[in-house]
Amino acid sequence: MKVLLVFAALVAAARGEKLFVGDQVLRITASDEEQLTLLRVLGQQKEFQVDFWRHPTSPGHPADLRVSFSSLQAVKTFLDSNSISYSIMIEDVQELLDEEKETMAKSRRTLRSISTFDFASYHTIEEIYDWMDTLVEDHPNLVSKIQIGQSYENRPLYVLQFSTGGRNRPAIWLDTGIHSREWITQATGIWTANKIAKEYGQDPSVTAILDSMDIFFEIITNPDGFAFTHSSNRLWRKTRSINAGSDCIGVDPNRNWDAGFGGSGSSSNPCSETYRGPHPHSEREVKAIVDFISGHGNVKSVISIHSYAQMLLFPYGYKTAPAPHHQELNEVAKKAVKDLAAVYGTKYTYGSISDTIYVADGTTIDWAYDNGVKYSFSFELRDTGRYGFLLPSTQIIPTATETWPALLDIMVHVLEHPY
Amino acid sequence: DSDNVSRKYHLELVLEDVLDKDSTVNCAAEVLYHLGNKNIAPDVQFTLEGELKDTAEADNTFYNRIKSLEKELVAENIPDSHGNVSPEMQPIHLLAWVASGYVIWQNSTENTKFHLAQIKHVKQVKRSDEYLEFDYTILLHEMVSQEIIPWQMTVLWHPQHGVQVARDSRQPKHMPE
Repeated sequence: MKVLLVFAALVAAARGEKLFVGDQVLRITASDEEQLTLLRVLGQQKEFQVDFWRHPTSPGHPADLRVSFSSLQAVKTFLDSNSISYSIMIEDVQELLDEEKETMAKSRRTLRSISTFDFASYHTIEEIYDWMDTLVEDHPNLVSKIQIGQSYENRPLYVLQFSTGGRNRPAIWLDTGIHSREWITQATGIWTANKIAKEYGQDPSVTAILDSMDIFFEIITNPDGFAFTHSSNRLWRKTRSINAGSDCIGVDPNRNWDAGFGGSGSSSNPCSETYRGPHPHSEREVKAIVDFISGHGNVKSVISIHSYAQMLLFPYGYKTAPAPHHQELNEVAKKAVKDLAAVYGTKYTYGSISDTIYVADGTTIDWAYDNGVKYSFSFELRDTGRYGFLLPSTQIIPTATETWPALLDIMVHVLEHPY
Repeated sequence: DSDNVSRKYHLELVLEDVLDKDSTVNCAAEVLYHLGNKNIAPDVQFTLEGELKDTAEADNTFYNRIKSLEKELVAENIPDSHGNVSPEMQPIHLLAWVASGYVIWQNSTENTKFHLAQIKHVKQVKRSDEYLEFDYTILLHEMVSQEIIPWQMTVLWHPQHGVQVARDSRQPKHMPE
């Protein structure tokens, strides 16, 4: 009964009608079988326009009766003349319905504002995971969330997949936050993922890319480290794995890849920020990506995003000899950096890792390159040291905005140079 | 210009006012690294083409504000996790930048690149003379090793007499939890 009533009310409310103005709900307690019978008869009288929300069952047990405004007087007279006791449970049904409608609208407004994510602040891991789900909900035909593994502390490793179909299309891999203290990267990742979803069907380049390629985007690549930067040490870089025989925790996930592993560009000391780990791919966070990319077999570009230094880098870090595709990668980087600077004047340097920043072995993009992923790049986002890792949140959107054309340049180049 | 004892670099650079990007000054410098003894700070000679901005007014405002505090200033985590520095703490942050510049210079080699990452803690020490004194614990970020190095520095400052790092010492890294 009540369901029907609420349904009717909603339909009416949707049409702006007010069907139940002045209607009341009476709580009636029949004292004996005779009164019970009278009550049941009352319910059956069509001209009285009443309906039971709770039916009369036995004497002493209350029954709830909705009475329409027009019949109110008659029904009350009937009850009084038969000495059936009652009380007014709901004074005005329409008022109640109006209140409920308002509450529902308010909560919908709140829900909508949660989906209107604040891209200009830094967020916790839970907030980012929630946002990922809303992104998928908002773009169900484009974005899905997959899990590629678990972190050391058993957090899920989520990757957003952007795909318009096909089977095992050539793909671009993007990651942010592999070094947890580089907060501008996860923040830029969120903005960028949202931008990709928004621009499909709008921007010709994004549309062309997604019409023939997939994009895989891991935004929180080091969730344990990220959680630790929130809870305990804002400047934590590494994973949170326990090192046998040492009090020091964590491995540098960007020295743990099987490319030039174990050279002078990483440390063998577990207490070091560039500790390479006991062996290549010892870290679950790294192994998950290795397995994913190897298993996929058709990844054409890996772009790994770090901060800070304002650089666009390509292989090699583990050796000074130029990569076979040095010239092409250098040209791509040159254009990307130019288009980045065009936005707000932010100056980037570019080149191979070993030429531009320092010798580093076991890095993500060296591994990718040596495993057939030609277009492997690493960004070092803002700034150059004034705020470093503690980049003000006011710079999130400008950073993401200027980096976007550079990312697009690389992705378009990948699209236009299949191999 | 190198031998096994030292290496000299000639630099031409542009100094940019952190608070006013359009205000720049050209600078020529010579930096000499003592390769033989890494414990000696590099020699630095420089000339400025032009003048640095006059900051007397802002300096005096800050000086008077601190001098008139009833309780000694104490603060931590500047900037905070989100990169915020409150307006009141801006001068404290800038002072740390200058002072850490000295510490960085004294500890630099050809293979280091230091930046001030954060002021972990700062405490004013009241003095009977005209100087302001601050006891800072800062975190330096070293780019090549990626290490975060805690460093204590005792900083004296006066609007007319400038900055002096009276004492500084590298601190042990906290054992991570």
